[in-house]
Amino acid sequence: MEKRDFVKPVLFSDMLSSHHDTGTNYLNAKKGFLSWLFTVDHKRIGVMYFISISIFFLVAGLFALLLRTELMQIRIPNATANSYMISADHYNESFTFHGAIMVFLVIIPSVPATLGNFLLPLMLGAKDVAFPKLNLISFHLYIVGALFLVYTIAFGGLDTGWTFYTPYSTQTSTSVIAAVFGAFILGFATILTGVNFIVTVHKMRAPGMTWVRMPLFVWAIYATSVIQVLATPVVGVTLILVAIERLLGIGIFDSNLGGDPILFQNFFWFYSHPAVYIMILPAFGIMSELITIHSRKSIFGYKAVAISSIGIAVIGFFVWGHHMFTSGQSPLASVFFSLLTYAVAVPTAIKVFSWVATLYKGSISFTAPMCYAFVFLFLFLIGGLTGIFLGALSTDVHLHNTYFVVAHFQYVMMGGTIIAWIGAIYHWWPKITGKKFNQTWAIISSIVVFIGFNLTFFPQFVMGTRGMPRRYYDYLPEYYTFHLLSTIGSYVLAIGLFIVLFNWLHSIFYGKNETNPNPWKGKSMEWTETAVVPIEHNFEKQPISTHGPYEFDELVKPVKAGGH
Amino acid sequence: MSATPVPENTWQGSFWLPENVSPMTGGQDELFYFIYGLSIFFFIVVVGFMVYFGWKYRKKKEGEKTTDIHGNTKLEIIWSIIPAILFIIIFIWGFRDWVKLNVPPQDAMDVRVTGRKWDWSFTDASTGAETSDLIAPVNKAVRLTMSSADVIHGFYIPQFRINRDVLPNQYTVLWFKAEQEGSYPILCTQYCGTKHSQMVRYVRVVSQAEYEKQMNAAQGAGLTPAQLGKKLFEGKGACASCHDVSKSKTRSVGPPLFGMYGNTNHEILLPNGSKEKVTFDDNYIRKSILDPNYRIVIGYPSVMPSYQGQLNDKELNSLAEYIKSLKE
Repeated sequence: MEKRDFVKPVLFSDMLSSHHDTGTNYLNAKKGFLSWLFTVDHKRIGVMYFISISIFFLVAGLFALLLRTELMQIRIPNATANSYMISADHYNESFTFHGAIMVFLVIIPSVPATLGNFLLPLMLGAKDVAFPKLNLISFHLYIVGALFLVYTIAFGGLDTGWTFYTPYSTQTSTSVIAAVFGAFILGFATILTGVNFIVTVHKMRAPGMTWVRMPLFVWAIYATSVIQVLATPVVGVTLILVAIERLLGIGIFDSNLGGDPILFQNFFWFYSHPAVYIMILPAFGIMSELITIHSRKSIFGYKAVAISSIGIAVIGFFVWGHHMFTSGQSPLASVFFSLLTYAVAVPTAIKVFSWVATLYKGSISFTAPMCYAFVFLFLFLIGGLTGIFLGALSTDVHLHNTYFVVAHFQYVMMGGTIIAWIGAIYHWWPKITGKKFNQTWAIISSIVVFIGFNLTFFPQFVMGTRGMPRRYYDYLPEYYTFHLLSTIGSYVLAIGLFIVLFNWLHSIFYGKNETNPNPWKGKSMEWTETAVVPIEHNFEKQPISTHGPYEFDELVKPVKAGGH
Repeated sequence: MSATPVPENTWQGSFWLPENVSPMTGGQDELFYFIYGLSIFFFIVVVGFMVYFGWKYRKKKEGEKTTDIHGNTKLEIIWSIIPAILFIIIFIWGFRDWVKLNVPPQDAMDVRVTGRKWDWSFTDASTGAETSDLIAPVNKAVRLTMSSADVIHGFYIPQFRINRDVLPNQYTVLWFKAEQEGSYPILCTQYCGTKHSQMVRYVRVVSQAEYEKQMNAAQGAGLTPAQLGKKLFEGKGACASCHDVSKSKTRSVGPPLFGMYGNTNHEILLPNGSKEKVTFDDNYIRKSILDPNYRIVIGYPSVMPSYQGQLNDKELNSLAEYIKSLKE
């Protein structure tokens, strides 16, 4: 670990520049705010996504702290509207914002839009994505959609939960139309990004870059893009139907007008279940990169890991009904959905086993990205195992819409996607910013996040199995202890995440320049073929792929024929 | 908040699950603990290997050699097949219990359940008695036929391990057979707005004799119109969840009603935005119950559901009498 130098802070305009190697790179090739806002450089677009998503993550996180703080209060007998710290209506609006912002503005775009954008062309040896201007439009649409969602915070609020269930969403007096319209626009951003990535993977690979030489992150982003393109239109249409019902009173989902509320749930989950794979598959890709590079090993079972991503993407389309076991849908339909749910669990299990097996006989460095990879494995394992309870028809009945579901979702989405995302940002930080970061504080952050996360969400499993329903702003007194633990945990978690934020900011303003174009000694093209910070067009000359992405220098063939 | 007194805060049940009062319904507890055991086993195996490998193969010096392993087909097949078999077992087990959950026994007695913002009401099909808590005899199968007067609610009794959404204009069915007398909370699990978390009533499991006594009392024989109105106000109509009737005139979701009857300067807001002063009389009450958002009291949201078709003339009269009686 190097000692940190207290150098003077640089000017903001110079902050993102590294003048040490050849001089120009994508960060300092052009200057000025507009050169960023209207760039078609996939790397700059990735960085802008990263900054926007980080801000939304901060906002949604603060809402979560507000919710947890409210839930720390013990139940007040004969409460009136003003007895609690915040009123029930404000609580309902807060959890809606937390959910909607985290799902639509943070977790869905987190990995594909930031790292997918930044890395996909670099990993494939391409100059840019297939349609750079379309890529810029995606970002602009994302910002417009996000502004609509933020508008609902300032005016009118939104209290439907992020799921917009009808008939509540067609009857509530809050600003559903603006929120729905925002989500609709965000859907376009997602679809266009997906199309762009699919074409890039098919058409822009460097000479020699066969499908099995692609890094697994590319496979994961590819599978994600396929889901994005196929599933997102459904939610777009569904939300427009909600708006039509609200504005024109045409009965689609409202049974008083001859519609069917279960139809909405079918439409909604037909998108939103595949959407959880949009959220988690890129994180799987990240894990395959982090674990191999920091343990200097080939991935255990490249083909199984790559194909299981596609398997998850395909089967993931046929399990949406497992969100509706208690909804009143046909009990027979529930049976098929339960069976298919377990079918999608098998490829996920294969991935986890493969990552652990990759560690075998490796040379493991406990760098910050690797620490986050371990945190991911631990938390995602709990998230995955608790999913088994929810997939079984009968146990789900007891656990449905309780805190057990909440905790399961947090373990896979926050413990999975967000943890992988933070680990990945650390991993590619030198390539993105050209700066070193403080390893010690990065590792401390992973430990604090790990402790805080488990303290926050593990008690929620216990509350859930004991029958605490979700979306409650007050609760029966027997759940108080668990709520208290959970709230304390959320503060610890917040401290951990703030350490991450300060660590990043510190690196940007005070960090030393990275001088090594390949500090982790990776073998994929974003490390081997680029400058410390990539130039505007990524590569000086067209790179040619001659080996797989995980053929590290340290590898020696086993004495006996163990592999193949 | 419902008027039901909250029972003592004493936890009955194991660390993970509440006591199971209706074990015949689904019998989920055995499957729960089966999956729980498997989860702990696989958690220990995976984390165990992770920690062991992490320690054993930690980097000891720069540039040390590692073994080039690309996979092991036999091992990969094994760790695909074993979870697949376990998943099939869990699926079949869950399916078996699911059938039980969805098929009420032939001899079950019927109770109609109505969910509304933000209360439950129960009509016993054999006696016609309406109650605000669900009263059920012990050791007798009860079939609940449920519907909602407004949005989707969720009917959940943790101690019975039953949970199903309650939909407008449709019926969903649940059943249970409680084997132990006592009071168990009924919770709403489908988010339904402001007082979602306070939509709590209790199922009171009582002896057959006590059940009959309660049903007789609940049929409302010998009540004055105002007394019946009070019962409707707190029970079937769920008016009390939004309107305060105490002398303190506490603000709730809707305006307080104490001492309002006869007020000749009652200010209201018409849909076109103009204000008007009306007399708070029987006609005003009736109109407000049947078409509440025709005009609203200034400063309150227009969220009250219409009771058109849900209350008959006798009930409307009783409610008016009750509101009339709210005075010094």
